Amino acid sequence: MRPFTYLSAPDVTTALRAIATEPGARLLAGGTNLVDLMRQDVERPTTVVDISTLPLDEVQELPAGGLRIGALVRNSRLAAHPAVRSRYPVLSQAVLSGASGQLRNMATVGGNLLQRTRCPYFADGTAACNKRDPGSGCAAIGGFHRGSAVLGTSEHCIATHPSDMAVALVALDAVVEVQSLRGTRRIPLAELHVLPGDTPDVETALDPDELVTAVELPALPVAASSRYRKVRDRASFAFALVSVAAAMEVADGTVTAARLALGGVAARPWRAHLAERALVGAPATEEDFRRAATAELATAVGRPQNAFKIELARRTVVATLHQLTTEGGAA
Amino acid sequence: MAEVELRVNGTSSRVQLDPRVSLLDALRERLRLTGTKKGCDQGACGACTVLVDGERILACLALAVQYGGREITTVEGLGRPGRLHPLQEAFIRFDGFQCGFCTSGQICSAVGMLAEHRAGVPSVVTPRLAATATPLSEAEIRERMSGNLCRCGAYDGIVDAIQHVAGVDDRAATAEPAADR
Ligand SMILES: Cc1cc2nc3c(=O)[nH]c(=O)nc-3n(C[C@H](O)[C@H](O)[C@H](O)COP(=O)(O)OP(=O)(O)OC[C@H]3O[C@@H](n4cnc5c(N)ncnc54)[C@H](O)[C@@H]3O)c2cc1C
Ligand code: SF4
Ligand code: FES
Ligand code: FES
Repeated sequence: MRPFTYLSAPDVTTALRAIATEPGARLLAGGTNLVDLMRQDVERPTTVVDISTLPLDEVQELPAGGLRIGALVRNSRLAAHPAVRSRYPVLSQAVLSGASGQLRNMATVGGNLLQRTRCPYFADGTAACNKRDPGSGCAAIGGFHRGSAVLGTSEHCIATHPSDMAVALVALDAVVEVQSLRGTRRIPLAELHVLPGDTPDVETALDPDELVTAVELPALPVAASSRYRKVRDRASFAFALVSVAAAMEVADGTVTAARLALGGVAARPWRAHLAERALVGAPATEEDFRRAATAELATAVGRPQNAFKIELARRTVVATLHQLTTEGGAA
Repeated sequence: MAEVELRVNGTSSRVQLDPRVSLLDALRERLRLTGTKKGCDQGACGACTVLVDGERILACLALAVQYGGREITTVEGLGRPGRLHPLQEAFIRFDGFQCGFCTSGQICSAVGMLAEHRAGVPSVVTPRLAATATPLSEAEIRERMSGNLCRCGAYDGIVDAIQHVAGVDDRAATAEPAADR
């Protein structure tokens, strides 16, 4: 690890000033991703701004019925929060399906959203990787890409966004609040992560001087009936091959509301609008669920090692929606 | 260099540390508390699990400077020869290890995990998330302990040991008034 200056930010303004004035500054929250990547020499901050003690660690009720989740709320606290468990169970399940108990005690909401890809070449300094070293090529295309994405990729990068939590949040219409010395703005979570295109090194809509302060969830009655389903190589403590965040309401056998997002298969947390459109108004049958999933996956591009993810995603969508109709949500 | 107050197992020490030093290296190399082990040094094995303010974390991904002033407990602080922690005793009785390399992490993790369970924290295998209490079934233990790998494959013994201690806990919980716990 390269030497750096450590600064523990006593308040938000100090943190904002540090990242606004020092191009080499990086924010440190739980550290579970940043410290790991610094040790692998992928992240090379000259200053590490520790924000872990800032008072952004509360979950609050919003007047209109939603929730405001501070950026420094620990993943374990978020998953265990009674309002999340009863009103947004998909979020609780998504967080609980990620990493391990120890990591969830350290990891924060902001850090989870902004964690970097787990593409093995990204962390391997000797490999070509456009995300880590723009213009160097992409070792995953033509190399090991069993875990890579099938949606939203480009010829320059086929990496997935690894977060489980973000998949639930994008299904729930979450909005991210960000702050800089220039002011505060709100970004729909669906627009926080950007597709790789020909600049895979640009991963988010954030400017370098911006800090995520909170994530807001709107009041969303359909979310009470929701689930997260994650398919992976072992039963626990592994990243997703495919995951599905789903919320659905059915009346008299017809879908009246649906929220669907996919993880493990896409360059960013993937909101499945096409599938949602196909679902609402259609009968709640497995055949219709399959049709909706197929509509979403029509543009998927599989490669020799990861083409299996397309059919796996289709089946996981069907299974999750079917479980919602038979057993209801996870609350 | 930064001056850091490390409070470990009830003892406080002031040490000068390069901010790059992990909590794991500070414990092992500076304080000579070598019970906590380094397996992968990247968050993937759980051998470095310690408790901070009663919660389990991974010392390998923690910068020591970030944990100044916090109450850290390592396996050395849980029990000692002749006065073992109930989980330490149970790991011996139920063959919860072979080589022992993962064991201190397993035990610290189990202490933290049982506290989480007592506090009503659900897991991804909890059937009804909105329920306030879940029985600690074998499936729950395996899921909640999945961050601790054991290369010797002593998992069955580990689960038995934890189940034994959790059962004792449950019986004590129903026998004693809640305020004592
Ligand atoms: C072995 C292992 C297994 C894992 N498995 C999973 C899994 O199955 N599913 C899953 O979803 N995740 C998994 N993770 C990833 C884990 O969830 C993330 O590492 C964690 O959520 C990051 O949060 P943090 O607070 O520790 O972030 P940090 O490491 O502190 O920060 C990560 C990044 O976010 C930036 N950042 C942090 N907070 C803010 C903020 N408020 N504003 C702006 N920028 C900010 C930092 O500068 C840094 O670039 C795993 C990690 C490990 C090590
Ligand atoms: S897929 Fe993206 S992250 Fe992986 S090697 Fe290619 S450019 Fe790098
Ligand atoms: S050494 Fe920390 S998790 Fe492996
Ligand atoms: S006892 Fe050998 S690794 Fe677990």
